[in-house]
Amino acid sequence: MLGFLKEPVVVTAEINVNLVALTVMGLITRLWGLCYPRAVVFDEVYYGQFVSLYMKRIFFVDDSGPPFGHMLLALGGYLGGFDGNFLWNRIGAEYTMNVPVWSLRLLPALAGALCVPLAYQILVELHFSHCAALGAALLILLENSLITQSRFMLLESILIFFILLAVLSYLKFYNLQRHRSFSGRWWFWLMLTGVACSCAVGVKYMGLFTYMLLLAIAGLHFWHMIGDQTLSNVSLLCHFLARGLALLLIPVVMYLSFFYVHLALLYCSGPHDQIMTSAFQASLEGGLARITQGQPLEVAYGSQITLRNVLGKPMQCWLHSHTNTYPIRYENGRGSSHQQQVTCYPFKDVNNWWIVKDPGMQQLVVSNPPRPVRHGHIVQLVHGITTRYLNTHDVAAPLSPHSQEVSCYIDYNISMPAQNLWRVEIVNRESDTDVWKTILSEVRFVHVNTSAVLKLSGASLPEWGYRQLEVVGEKLSKGYHQSMLWNVEEHRYGKSQEQKEREVELHSPTQMDISKNLSFMAKFTELQWKILTLKNEDTEHKYSSSALDWITMDTNIAYWLHPTSGAQIHLLGNVVTWASANAAALVYTCLSLWYLIRRRRRIYDIPEDSWQLWVSAGGVCGGGWVVNYLPFFLMEKTLFLYHYLPALTFQILLIPVVLQHLGDHLCRSVLLKSMFSALIVAWFSSVYFVYCTFSPVTYGQPALSMTELKDLRWKDSWNILIRKQ
Amino acid sequence: MPPRQREPRRGPGGPGRPGRPTAPPVAARPAALALVTLLSFASRFHRLPEPPHVCWDETHFGKMGSYYINRTFFFDVHPPLGKMLIGLAGYLSGYDGTFPFQKPGDRYEQHNYMGMRGFCAFLGSCLVPFAYLTVLELSKSLPAALLTAFILIFDTGCITLSQYILLDPILMFFLMGAVLSMVKCNSCADRPFSASWWFWLSLTGVNLAGAMGVKFVGLFVVLLVGLNTIYDLWDLLGNLSLSLVMFGKHLLARVLCLIVLPLALYTAMFAVHFAVLNKSGPGDGFFSSAFQSQLIGNNLHNVSIPEHLAYGSVITMKNLRMAGGYLHSHWHLYPEGIGARQQQVTAYLHKDLNNLWIIKKHDSDTDLSDPLSPVEFVRHGDIIRLEHKETSRNLHSHQHEAPLTRKHFQVTGYGINGTGDSNDFWRIEVVGRKTGKLIKVLRSQIRLIHVATGCILGSSGKTLPKWGWEQVEVTCTPYLKETPNSLWNFEDHINPKLPNISLDVLKPSFAEILLESHMVMIRGNSGLKPKDNEVTSKPWHWPINYQGLRFSGVNETDYRVYLLGNPVIWWLNLVTMGLYFLITVCTAVALKRGVQLTYELKELSGVVLRGGGQITLGWLLHYLPFFMMGRVLYFHHYFPAMLFSSMLTGITWDSLLKFCAGFLSPSTTARKVYGGVFLALVLLILYSFYLFHPLSYGMIGPMASDPSSPMAGLRWMDSWEF
Repeated sequence: MLGFLKEPVVVTAEINVNLVALTVMGLITRLWGLCYPRAVVFDEVYYGQFVSLYMKRIFFVDDSGPPFGHMLLALGGYLGGFDGNFLWNRIGAEYTMNVPVWSLRLLPALAGALCVPLAYQILVELHFSHCAALGAALLILLENSLITQSRFMLLESILIFFILLAVLSYLKFYNLQRHRSFSGRWWFWLMLTGVACSCAVGVKYMGLFTYMLLLAIAGLHFWHMIGDQTLSNVSLLCHFLARGLALLLIPVVMYLSFFYVHLALLYCSGPHDQIMTSAFQASLEGGLARITQGQPLEVAYGSQITLRNVLGKPMQCWLHSHTNTYPIRYENGRGSSHQQQVTCYPFKDVNNWWIVKDPGMQQLVVSNPPRPVRHGHIVQLVHGITTRYLNTHDVAAPLSPHSQEVSCYIDYNISMPAQNLWRVEIVNRESDTDVWKTILSEVRFVHVNTSAVLKLSGASLPEWGYRQLEVVGEKLSKGYHQSMLWNVEEHRYGKSQEQKEREVELHSPTQMDISKNLSFMAKFTELQWKILTLKNEDTEHKYSSSALDWITMDTNIAYWLHPTSGAQIHLLGNVVTWASANAAALVYTCLSLWYLIRRRRRIYDIPEDSWQLWVSAGGVCGGGWVVNYLPFFLMEKTLFLYHYLPALTFQILLIPVVLQHLGDHLCRSVLLKSMFSALIVAWFSSVYFVYCTFSPVTYGQPALSMTELKDLRWKDSWNILIRKQ
Repeated sequence: MPPRQREPRRGPGGPGRPGRPTAPPVAARPAALALVTLLSFASRFHRLPEPPHVCWDETHFGKMGSYYINRTFFFDVHPPLGKMLIGLAGYLSGYDGTFPFQKPGDRYEQHNYMGMRGFCAFLGSCLVPFAYLTVLELSKSLPAALLTAFILIFDTGCITLSQYILLDPILMFFLMGAVLSMVKCNSCADRPFSASWWFWLSLTGVNLAGAMGVKFVGLFVVLLVGLNTIYDLWDLLGNLSLSLVMFGKHLLARVLCLIVLPLALYTAMFAVHFAVLNKSGPGDGFFSSAFQSQLIGNNLHNVSIPEHLAYGSVITMKNLRMAGGYLHSHWHLYPEGIGARQQQVTAYLHKDLNNLWIIKKHDSDTDLSDPLSPVEFVRHGDIIRLEHKETSRNLHSHQHEAPLTRKHFQVTGYGINGTGDSNDFWRIEVVGRKTGKLIKVLRSQIRLIHVATGCILGSSGKTLPKWGWEQVEVTCTPYLKETPNSLWNFEDHINPKLPNISLDVLKPSFAEILLESHMVMIRGNSGLKPKDNEVTSKPWHWPINYQGLRFSGVNETDYRVYLLGNPVIWWLNLVTMGLYFLITVCTAVALKRGVQLTYELKELSGVVLRGGGQITLGWLLHYLPFFMMGRVLYFHHYFPAMLFSSMLTGITWDSLLKFCAGFLSPSTTARKVYGGVFLALVLLILYSFYLFHPLSYGMIGPMASDPSSPMAGLRWMDSWEF
């Protein structure tokens, strides 16, 4: 019974003191004085507003990336008990007492601190010496730009953490591959790779670059496995499926789940509602849902409706008309029909109401039972307030002369007959007999006489049209475009025959809740599409830079300046590290080319296994630098120095790789080796020296005097703020 | 039915191509080539003069051809070779360059346009034999080559695109020429440095220069050839029987033929371009003042002005952004609510008296027009004041937001009779110069820095509303980036006290002209951005033939031509692409797993992987980059890629059928199956051409949506508009 007690219970723990020490040092450098400054620093002003919105559960759209990173920041706020009440409007604004600064900044700082041991582990897994690994970790530890970026409520450090985690877990997985396939640890690291990749992508789309790199490396490794004749076809298939599951399926599911949580958390309507379609807006609490709740679903003859343009660019607007007419002559001398203007108006207004009328009947009310309008039916649209018919004819539109003018028809008794029949085409129909539904159906109005399509041109009319947006009949209907699609937003069944009564008519509620009809996938596709296509005005920024400036660190970014003293925080890298990283990349490329060409001629300078090490380390570190850096040359958005940090991290990892290689293979004699070590020590001291020199602008304290600040301006292009006395 | 319908059946049906990969009879090859060429020419030249009016982009390229004949300078976003050739063809065929080519639909009347169209059709016809020879070289299989040829002959899109005065047939001619000569050169690899090897290698270089010289899209074929060459050299390097000296010779030969030769030709065509176009024309405004001084008829031509800027000079300042205007002011004030209510300062594109400014010292107001006072030159770093000559107000800026670019400061005209305040002071700086240097008219790029706020005078490029007479906004930008927006040069310069020099001294060198015209072209290309509400063609539309382009005619009574690929052919290409992908993956995995293959299968897999791989690379290079382009895209951009995809179709089907036929034991059955399927494919192509040929050769009568139209029932996709 008690046999197991005969042996003592022994726990053998193996602790890598290096790793522990590095983690502790990482935590110290990143967490020291985290609450200082107690003011909004740089992009905190941007991310902070989203944290507040999360706290208040208000829906928003951020085109800068997917929601996972924002949610992590919000988690910090949630744990710190933040109520979301802070006005994020100005960099440098003091935080009020209710803002838990420490917990808001904690998560990015932790992520930044953990990058240090991760770097150590990655080099170990690449089969480099512990000495080289220690060097890599110390370089990351003493990199001022990484420290600055980690200490505030920003996303880069979290992104870098997940990127490094993904790389590390893939390497661990790959090293287990040879002997212990399908073991528990093997599965764990494989899955973790997929999870870390999806987290990286979920924080910022930049994570995609590393994800692609890892996929490529995994593909290459698998390709080598295919050539391995000792593996059976079945086990090969199992390997393939396991990788597919972990590296493709899991990331997709995780990515979807981020959005699921995002949408589940944010259920209140908010400032970005108008970007979304009516159906989406109706699914949020408050806002449009309050209006549309209980509307009849099916549009019938006699329905009173407002029509919203689906595109929502340049702004959301509704089909509108008012008693004013088009001017007889435009300023450029062209003539118009002088009929009533039809525009698209960006605000709710009583003039946005239209009545759907059956051309064959006179009445403007809904019969009992209602006769629904279906795809392909011909209708007339009557403007509610002026009871004029929506019309288009072969007259050039005011601002888009190639299209037809759209007007509300006034009979001037000149030979210009009314052409007011429109065919309703439901674009997102499921069958050809679909009923036109409120909010859900996207409809094209095709003019029966000219087959022109009712379209929002996007131009805004001059003074005579009150700067409202121009609506035209597009004759050449080149395919589908959202500017030609309209959906019913507000809707009620018309009851009153009399014009006066109609204007004060009330809703006729039916039990219908549209929000339930929108599935998660529909919401996800729409939100994802909006995030990818939403284009912000091309903004100039004082501290923006071009990708080419980054390698030489020509620009810095001022993050914060103390309101009275000279204390300030800058995003500024460790000059020695940056220069060495560039040198390492250069040396690596040249040496690799040299080896490659020599190997092609069958001359082998280094043993085969160190060549393999050299290639795999270069593939991960050099490859990581390339994929995280080069794509920026193709991007047209405003770029900042901090976009370079993921690439920089990889480039720094390349330094010890190159140094160890040089030490092992070029320094043949003992004397050379000891000289090399001495050089490395000297170089490391200079890295430390530069770290210490710049730490006042990294941590924002102590405040420096004017001359000290001037001395820090090592490059003329750096913009260090010096207060005029 | 057009008369050419029956002929091609002879091709694969006639002698009965063998099912096994044995070489076809030698006599069949020239005969097949002749047949293919004949059919190609017949299909491209059929009804070439129709319609006798300007179609689609003929309005641009025809016009540019005329410009060459008239020697007037113009600007286009493409390099000049294509338009020069069009101009040459027109000149040789007796066109006098007088037709205005104003808009599509204008009738040519008595003007001779057939020379230009015939030239394009000729080049377009050459594509088919080129593709035929390329596929033959890659696959060594006559049926594969014939299938490719038939696809291209009977594709309505290729026919339409070859029949008008456009750049595309010329571009595709050089592109296919380059591919063909590259492939030919590869097959000469076993006898390097032979005459034919040199011939094909240098011909590749010539064609590359041609492709680049027509459109920048030619860059993709340069990439294709470049990658192929690198692969080739890498192969040679691994060949230990080749000494390093020999390898050096190989390298040198390629550098000479594929880099030096094309560059020389490319430069030469620009030299011809600038030599031919020596008269002022519509393109002047896009170029710098120094360049304009070269053009006969331009107001800067042969004038003489003082070289160095001095105080008291009357000047005009031109913004260096592309099509940047002159610094301008007029009596009108900024309207209420837009910054301070002071006099407007704008950029104006045309010459005007209101563009004139006087340079004054910031601290003294002495009358510098006094002929006796000494001349004092303006130097880099001086603080100056600019007085508007007509209104005597000073160029002024202050911390009010600019009318359109809200983050910039407003620039106004301020003061009375030249007396203003310290906000009128500007420091003048020359880019890349040291303090104290003199400032040259036309050549110096200068910057004006507002002394009080430190901002830089610039033009944002945005058009002001009506109150600003739709001139361009001028602002003072606080962002100290060096962009052409904030750089200016002095163009006119009047100072009676200084000696005039002829502008010929300032003549830019050819290298500068070349660089400048490239900068202008690149900026022009990236400036072709789609507007928000505009329906544009997307790259994913193209391979599925989603939507065509209307070349001519809209209404029922018009002669309508619609650029659309033959849908059967295009969808066949699309399916084949997937098929090829599957075959490649299977073959590659099988080879990697070490599956033992017969000699024939090995040959076949070589064709699929090597030949097919080259073609696929070509397709990818000519298609994928469009996904990353921000500019406006059109359907016809896909046609170079379509050529590659058609070649791939020929190779894939041939290999697939040979592979399948290999399993049938008696070779007669194999042959029958092989021949049968090929015949079926060709018949399918022919029949679809019979159905869709009116797209190219003109449709008259009701639209396809009308059931009485001959095209009714053929509108298989809603997005087609015929």
